[in-house]
Amino acid sequence: MENGNTNGSEFLRVEGVVKNFGAISVLKGVDMYVKKGEVLGLIGDNGAGKSTLLKTITGFHRPDGGRILIEGDEVNLRSVSQARSLGIETVYQDLALVNELSVFHNMFLNSEMTVGPFLNNRKMKEHTQRYLQDMGVRIPSIDTEVARLSGGQRQAIAVARAVYSDAKMLLLDEPLAAMGAKEGALILDLIQRLKDERGIPMILIVHNYAQVFDVCDRVNLLRNGRIEYDKPVAETSVEELTELVVSEYRKARETGSG
Amino acid sequence: MSGTTARETPGTGTQERGLGGRLLDSLVRVREVSVFIVLVGLALYFQAANSAFLSEQNILSLARFAVPYVVIAAALCMLLICGEIDLSVGQSFAFAPIVMYLAYDRLFLYLPLAVLVGLLAVALVGLVNGLITVYLGVSSLITTLGMFFLLAGLNVTLTGGFPATTPDTNYVTQILGEYAWSGTIWALVIVAVLQLVLSRTRWGLHTYATGGNPLGSREAGVSIARIKIGNFMLCGVLGGFVGIIESFRISSIDPLAGGPDIVLLCIAAAVIGGTALLGGVGTVTGAFLGALVLTILRNGFTLQGISAYTYNIILGVAILIAMILNVYVARLRGAGRT
Repeated sequence: MENGNTNGSEFLRVEGVVKNFGAISVLKGVDMYVKKGEVLGLIGDNGAGKSTLLKTITGFHRPDGGRILIEGDEVNLRSVSQARSLGIETVYQDLALVNELSVFHNMFLNSEMTVGPFLNNRKMKEHTQRYLQDMGVRIPSIDTEVARLSGGQRQAIAVARAVYSDAKMLLLDEPLAAMGAKEGALILDLIQRLKDERGIPMILIVHNYAQVFDVCDRVNLLRNGRIEYDKPVAETSVEELTELVVSEYRKARETGSG
Repeated sequence: MSGTTARETPGTGTQERGLGGRLLDSLVRVREVSVFIVLVGLALYFQAANSAFLSEQNILSLARFAVPYVVIAAALCMLLICGEIDLSVGQSFAFAPIVMYLAYDRLFLYLPLAVLVGLLAVALVGLVNGLITVYLGVSSLITTLGMFFLLAGLNVTLTGGFPATTPDTNYVTQILGEYAWSGTIWALVIVAVLQLVLSRTRWGLHTYATGGNPLGSREAGVSIARIKIGNFMLCGVLGGFVGIIESFRISSIDPLAGGPDIVLLCIAAAVIGGTALLGGVGTVTGAFLGALVLTILRNGFTLQGISAYTYNIILGVAILIAMILNVYVARLRGAGRT
């Protein structure tokens, strides 16, 4: 029997996690781990359950089986707030930004600073301004509604928000989706700096495998509800990863037509 | 915070107010300002047409007539911003005084306690509306439509269909609506408090967030169920409270007071004031001004001897213009994205 406490360098361990949606079994026993300071790339076909896995780790979904350990201790995550209180922060695919609200209100959404019953807008603005400057994020104004920002700016704000409250781990669901090369480079740069300067462990869901090699240390493939492939980035290649997924596609076509 | 100034480097641009942001802000502001201008224009027009319009007598009657519409529009506005609607609030308006009356007359409760029972009843109505909508996934349009008929039936059943007279005058009944300006004072206080809650508290911010991006808000850990249910209850309680005030004002508890007119007019008021029916956008101040516009229109036409039919035609046109403006502003917002 494996004990999570044996490996002190591990931040997160997922053991045999199962998640069903009605009759559909999405995760059939996922085993994975992330070491401290490590960036793990998670790849897999559309609908493989990558987002579901992420949302299970972040307390959005409750697993139907298996266990999740953080720094060796088993946790029973009941809500996103609880996961956040443990230092697990997430940047979702849809960014979880509210278009109608200003940048600084989005930065502090659900962790607002208050004076008595009232919002402390002045303090939130000050912190947002300083923080975004520290992170090298450039936006026209923190009073701007998020709806008016570019995709890259929105992503940068979502990432900045996630790491703001002393995140111990960061989960990123396709941070580079729907983004131009220039903006994508900006975000990769931001992720790289978070890794180098703060040593925050991360799980990164990626579609473009070339990007895996820019920032990830290790890569996992999620397929058939399990992690079927686990290699350090140094020991694999874009071609190998592409072949992994393409072979699956080929197989599906053959069984489909046959 | 200390150290802020030292770190700020010129030219990062975060200091300046972006032109786009200012333009958008002013568009939202313009909505309230433009409704206000319409309001003043209407007042001037009606005063020119009939000098009785701005007489003390008529101003008092305007102020008293506007109270239920202002309060319900303001409460509905919060619910609309978080992405839901309550068609049953007009029936809560009639239901609360009836429950209060029964608690007072049949259970012999002390009047303030009876008022509390009435308010608890409509809080329960809001809770049920919220629970069905949030947890059973029924659209609030349908949930509250069902609740509308349920309460309409209850209101008539509980009273036998006949209006009742409110309890005898004392200081409680004075505070609750018998004193000429008490309703107006209540309405202004409620509007001010709701606007403060909406723009200055976490509850208000989360109300906008819930309507603007429900999934995103949930992902950020906002309890959108709590926000929605809370706003349903707020809407029910305020609707019921203003119903109690109105019944003391006219010294009558009318089981038929909650017809469809009142809620539809209040939705119209909120929309004219810039509230988006799909959530995420709106202000209590806007809904307040919208309710005043509708009240002044009706009162002014009555003074001029213009029929209620004409009033409805004008009202219809006003709602259409307001809706078109909403879509137009939303499109402008969309165009701001790059």
